[in-house]
Amino acid sequence: MQSLPHGTSATDPDTKPLIAEFRAATKRYGDILAADALSFGIGKGEFLSFLGPSGCGKTTALRMLAGFETPTSGEVYLDGERVTDVPAYKRPVNMVFQHYALFPHLTVADNIGYGLRQRRPRPDRAEVARKVDRALEMVRLTGFGPRRIWEMSGGQQQRVALARAIVNEPKVLLLDEPLAALDRKLRREMQIELQTLQRQLGITFVLVTHDQEEALSMSDRICIMQSGRIVQSGSPTALYDQPVSRYVADFVGKSNFIDGTLMTRSGNAGQVQTATGHRFAGRLAGPLGPGANASLSIRPEQIGLAHAARDGAEPVTVINRIFLGEHTEYLVRHAALGDLLVLVARQAEAAEGGFAPGDAGHVTWAPEAGLILGLD
Amino acid sequence: MQRRLTTWLLLAPAGVWFAVMLVLPLCFVLVFSFGMRAPAGGYVPAFTFEQYANLPARGTAFLNTLTLAPLGTLLSLVIAYPLAYFLAMRADPKWRTTLLILVIVPFWTSILIRSYAWIFILGGQGLPAIIEWLGFGPVRLINTPFAVLTGIVYGYLPLMVLPVYVSLERLDKRLLEASADLGAPPLRSFLQVTLPLSLPGVATGCMLVFILLMGEFLIPAMLGGGKVFFIGNALVDLFLQSRNWAFGAAVAVTLVVIMLVTVSLYMWLMRRMGGQRDDMALM
Repeated sequence: MQSLPHGTSATDPDTKPLIAEFRAATKRYGDILAADALSFGIGKGEFLSFLGPSGCGKTTALRMLAGFETPTSGEVYLDGERVTDVPAYKRPVNMVFQHYALFPHLTVADNIGYGLRQRRPRPDRAEVARKVDRALEMVRLTGFGPRRIWEMSGGQQQRVALARAIVNEPKVLLLDEPLAALDRKLRREMQIELQTLQRQLGITFVLVTHDQEEALSMSDRICIMQSGRIVQSGSPTALYDQPVSRYVADFVGKSNFIDGTLMTRSGNAGQVQTATGHRFAGRLAGPLGPGANASLSIRPEQIGLAHAARDGAEPVTVINRIFLGEHTEYLVRHAALGDLLVLVARQAEAAEGGFAPGDAGHVTWAPEAGLILGLD
Repeated sequence: MQRRLTTWLLLAPAGVWFAVMLVLPLCFVLVFSFGMRAPAGGYVPAFTFEQYANLPARGTAFLNTLTLAPLGTLLSLVIAYPLAYFLAMRADPKWRTTLLILVIVPFWTSILIRSYAWIFILGGQGLPAIIEWLGFGPVRLINTPFAVLTGIVYGYLPLMVLPVYVSLERLDKRLLEASADLGAPPLRSFLQVTLPLSLPGVATGCMLVFILLMGEFLIPAMLGGGKVFFIGNALVDLFLQSRNWAFGAAVAVTLVVIMLVTVSLYMWLMRRMGGQRDDMALM
């Protein structure tokens, strides 16, 4: 088994020692299956994200790791030890809660030192103070120790919650939608800060989020969840380029979907025919066979928009134009295929000339840009 | 202008009520307390500290009140806290309202009738008879401090349960998860998180019960049988029986001062302890 240095891609957890593992962990609430036989490993030092809509089971997975939920069946392992029914207070993991859950009756410093003070034998006061100061420095809140929690802004409270968790040097740091309550700019800053912190500390981070941008920008690996199961797991790039289903393609990045029936398949190439009789070629990875309902997924940046008609181009009308800085996002309408999203790079737009709403245009894409996916 | 007028008009009934029914009588009592008893009872104007100097004559009443009121408050708290904790943290939410109503139900019957019940329970034919039958010898329960304590704890328990319940119910349960996550076992989480955060409710309950107990006279009169009397009983006696208004006024003023000091102490403690803007307790 080979150990990778920090910061390298950890797309394959099998190549590094596991810090946590789920073995067929299932959680039922009455009739609801919140976690459906989850089996996966988390590599040491990895930044792993659970991504999915609310109710997909990502929070349940995190809570089983923290010890707040006991699986109905199956096992949870932490650092090689079975912890399935070990209570939260005995587990070497710490959590950053969604709404921070900071203790309102304690100062910032006492909040951060809380975990250290629970250790037995109790560390002496000077040592706690020293570690708290270092944690404050790490989250750039030096000097804020004596403050009251309600004197801190939302962003500062977020940092206190982070410091309160990392000061204990947990084996795994659990983050439950930690940035959801912050405004966009602050969120961006914290994303970068979290990533930097994770590399510095070398602690395994497990993040739960419904925000794809958050997951894509920070994680080494993302598990996409749907109805209590992991439908795909892989590096952000892998998920973006090779989604296994329409659900995943829809959740990771933006995409255009053209629904139809798979007509022919030969190896990794196939053809989809729409209800209106249009046929498109595309790459094919899944186990789909001819006759199956399928969807052709094309990423907006892979569609070209031109004024002049060319061979194989489809005529469209421009509906809307949004300027995004380095890109311009066009919404165009095709008579049979419906609305398509097209992302045009600044240079390409300058070369071709811009479009205004109402203009006629033609869209093209390379056959290999289309990805034929199963509908589920 | 219009708005100010409306404000004043709306405040007028309460203002007049407090002025006529509270402030004015208090002024009378204060003036009376420096006066003298008329030979046939009543009040003769004077300015003397004689009545205050005479306070030790009613020392037993003060002693009883100042020991049994705090003790009763403490006992109520000890019994009420676990009950409130169960209602707020453990009880099935489906049953919570029903259980809360059950806590309040005794209030639907007059305290007078309920105290009569206690006379029978603690009297010769009640508990003492059972204790004697069990072979523990003859005991006297009625007309003892124990009987008075039982009566006041029983009577005022709901007033302690409710504020403590409210503070526990409002407690963010995620804080307990955070505490567990940081390595604190359940008992330590309780001591370090639940208890401190429920203190405003505890203080409010204690204040409510303590203030009412300081002025209590019915329960000592009924269950103390004239042997265990409170300041309230002394006042009834001084104003209605001995008709010594001046001395009664001095006792009353002293009681008010003791209460004022206690409440001020409470407010000061609350401000020091809590300090959280939205968590300031009642009063």
